[in-house]
Amino acid sequence: MRGMSIIVRIIVAILGGLVILYGLYVTLTGHLAPGGGFVGGVIIMAGITMMVLAFGGERARELMKEHHCQMLEGFGALAFVIIALLGFFAAGSCFFKNFLPTGKVHELTSGGMIPLSNVAIAIKVGAGLTGIFLALVLGCRSAMFRKGK
Amino acid sequence: MGVELVILLLIVFMIISALIAVEASDLLSAVIAIGAAGFALCAIDLLLAAPDLAFPQVLVEIITLVILIRMIMTRQDTSRQTPKDTLRTAMVMLACGMFLIVVFLAVGGMNTSGTIPSFGRPVMGSFDDTGVSSQYLFRCAQDTGAANVVMGILLDYRAYDTLGEATVIVVAILGGYAVLRRIGRKKREVKS
Repeated sequence: MRGMSIIVRIIVAILGGLVILYGLYVTLTGHLAPGGGFVGGVIIMAGITMMVLAFGGERARELMKEHHCQMLEGFGALAFVIIALLGFFAAGSCFFKNFLPTGKVHELTSGGMIPLSNVAIAIKVGAGLTGIFLALVLGCRSAMFRKGK
Repeated sequence: MGVELVILLLIVFMIISALIAVEASDLLSAVIAIGAAGFALCAIDLLLAAPDLAFPQVLVEIITLVILIRMIMTRQDTSRQTPKDTLRTAMVMLACGMFLIVVFLAVGGMNTSGTIPSFGRPVMGSFDDTGVSSQYLFRCAQDTGAANVVMGILLDYRAYDTLGEATVIVVAILGGYAVLRRIGRKKREVKS
């Protein structure tokens, strides 16, 4: 897959980092404002998608592979389950027990395990959707090229 | 009443664009019609004061549109291969609609004293009630420490449901990988 024109590339080079930064912000402040892990992961994936579409598939293929995304997705899902099990074993009573101190409301460190769960979900959703995107757009296209050769 | 009217108009718009998506002879116009339906759903979410729901909906619509259009542009022939049967689709949709109307009337219907409450009325009790929703609203800040009540419910009171949703996403993505994997495609190429 070839990249797009120089105008698109420069605009994406400026905006791509900002989009990913916004995704991180939405993930980390999910317990303070509307947002959360799912949305943050999808925003990060949107930034990566934008850059892959603008700069072409070859460069993206050098930087990241599908199995990296699969590994990260598994790591995120496992982290979410481990947080749940920590509530069960470390804090005693029940699955998904909020075992960390809840802190002061409206502070970034409040909410106990809610920010941690948000980060785990963001990793899982972002990596999973990025992997699906790479498999759909780059994989199919390169297979078509191989058939053409 | 004004909000209800706008929501009804948006629902009619969604139904029309879904019909266009089913009936369009071009894949690109079908994809764009699906996107229109999705954005109308986002507008309904915003009108019902649910930004937590509208936010991911907008994002997923944008991503889906980009990926689908990108995939369609890589194909040379964008006409759809599957034969379409307008009469059968219309009959199935009519039957589904009739079924939903019958269910709606059977469990209470327009009667406010029935099982389904009237539009806009909170289901699980109001503020002065002792229902579970008011307990969530009152105690969320001190129980979970989260200022956003939605996130407090999603990841603390009802985290088990969120685990189920996460499992659904993982299984869907695994299914996508299984369909798109290269090994099976290579074998088929060798065979043919």
